[in-house]
Amino acid sequence: MRFRNLTIGQHIPGNSVVHRLDPRTKILGTTLLIVLLFAVNGFIGYGLVALAIAGVIHLAKLPWRYVIRGLRPLLVILLLTVGLNVFLTEGEVIFRLWFLTITREGLARGGMMGTRLVLLIVGTSLLTLTTSPIQLTDGIESLLNPFRRLGVPAHELAMMMTIALRFIPTLLEETEKIMKAQMARGADFQSGGLMQRAKSLIPLLVPLFVSAFRRADELAIAMEARGYRGGQGRTKFRELRFGRIDAVAIALLVTFTVVVGVFF
Amino acid sequence: MKQPLVRFTNVSFTYARAQGRGGWQALRDVNLEVFEHEFVAVLGRNGSGKSTLAKHVNALLTPTSGQVLVAGLDTSVPENVWEIRQKVGMVFQNPDNQLVATTVEEDVAFGPENLGIPPAEIQRRVTEALEAVGMLQYRLHPPHRLSGGQKQRVAIAGIVSMRPKCIVLDEPTAMLDPAGRREVMETIHRLNKEEGITVLHITHHMDEVIGADRVLVMDQGRIVLEGTPREVFSQGELLRELHLDVPQITDLAQRLASRGVSIPSGILTVNEMVMHLCPSD
Ligand SMILES: Nc1ncnc2c1ncn2[C@@H]1O[C@H](COP(=O)(O)OP(=O)(O)OP(=O)(O)O)[C@@H](O)[C@H]1O
Ligand SMILES: [Mg+2]
Repeated sequence: MRFRNLTIGQHIPGNSVVHRLDPRTKILGTTLLIVLLFAVNGFIGYGLVALAIAGVIHLAKLPWRYVIRGLRPLLVILLLTVGLNVFLTEGEVIFRLWFLTITREGLARGGMMGTRLVLLIVGTSLLTLTTSPIQLTDGIESLLNPFRRLGVPAHELAMMMTIALRFIPTLLEETEKIMKAQMARGADFQSGGLMQRAKSLIPLLVPLFVSAFRRADELAIAMEARGYRGGQGRTKFRELRFGRIDAVAIALLVTFTVVVGVFF
Repeated sequence: MKQPLVRFTNVSFTYARAQGRGGWQALRDVNLEVFEHEFVAVLGRNGSGKSTLAKHVNALLTPTSGQVLVAGLDTSVPENVWEIRQKVGMVFQNPDNQLVATTVEEDVAFGPENLGIPPAEIQRRVTEALEAVGMLQYRLHPPHRLSGGQKQRVAIAGIVSMRPKCIVLDEPTAMLDPAGRREVMETIHRLNKEEGITVLHITHHMDEVIGADRVLVMDQGRIVLEGTPREVFSQGELLRELHLDVPQITDLAQRLASRGVSIPSGILTVNEMVMHLCPSD
């Protein structure tokens, strides 16, 4: 049903250089990208970042259309941001229609914000597209580990992510099942006003929550029975390996960030 | 005499009730010994205390009175719990709610990871365990893409990879179709025969009991009947009183016997029936 076209957070398996990078390298790269996008203020800078992102997409052998399609769910936010900036920035008026005015400054700022958002969405989606959820959680856990002493629950966060990823498909499946069951009893999820539709969700959400709590309870018992007692004394089946390409990649990323961030 | 792997001595257990209005006594004075390599099946109607009994074997519950020893370790001593859970693994009814990880192999690795086993050794154990349940070719699959029987076999592999002495299965086939049930039962029997793992198998299916070394029948928190499958099923009357069936073929034999056909009441398989009715074959 409607869940099929959920593409954010999707992973495209592959064996490219980018896929083989240590997840920590990619997480660091993504962080640098975010920082850079807020540091840069000019179309040359954005152009360079766009080129870099295009380079990574090419190296990762990702299908272009698929990557671009990742923008679709966020189109509304994107248009809203651009629109607000274009119409609400004061300055030299270049176009006026009824109550809408477009200014030169507005156009510039709207263009910048739009570009920034597009680059942000596409750039960060590369992380999940080229990294399996398992690697991603392992990477996050490993990066947060040094902060344990400050009270950051690194292992617990990673465990929560894993369990969430494990159960999302199960719960989606269950949602569809309940919807069908309620529809067979005459429930209508599609029509009516906003209030009506929100109300029609109650017979869906109540059984879903009840079942989710039961699942959580049983899972906790099963984990305990399998000797789980938190992160202490636990080993990892898969070890992360920081290799030569990671060192090279980080050197490149840092240099790029500094150069572009400082000069543009 | 050999020391039993699991020993219950006068075990009683009462579930605490929330409002303090007394509790529910789920186990009453249970005495039980399970020896290594044994295959023990547990029968009993809903609410008879089977799951409560099972949870006592790996210290998920501890007795209100009495004592449970696993390989000589008292489950009531908190320091022992860790070691006991290494020795006794547990498989539950709902295969969906006991798989933790996003791929089969990660899930099978979960137990050994908890035990702090080095990564290379975990790799070896994961492969072995998946091979033992016939799921090796699915090692990279996400659990939600598997059939019920396959999920349950992965859950069993997740226990096998911890190298336990004993596996307790609490109605592992209850949510499976006949094909899934067969897969799981074959797996359990193979582990029992080939790996020598002690099995405590709780079930409502009479035909899953036939291959067991010993059967326990529970009712109202007590073990009310105990013996080989043949001995237990020959007590047709008593079983019916406890709202349990006997296997169809046993039932047929008992009906024939009551009509005057000379046939023993402990028939368990079609083959035995044929042998008795047509001895010339
Ligand atoms: N958490 C609990 N709190 C209170 N009472 C409980 C709890 N769990 C079980 N009981 C009660 O203890 C008794 C034994 O339950 P148990 O789950 O051991 O039975 P069972 O033989 O496994 O039944 P089933 O065949 O339905 O699985 C039941 O009467 C049940 O209502
Ligand atoms: Mg039960």
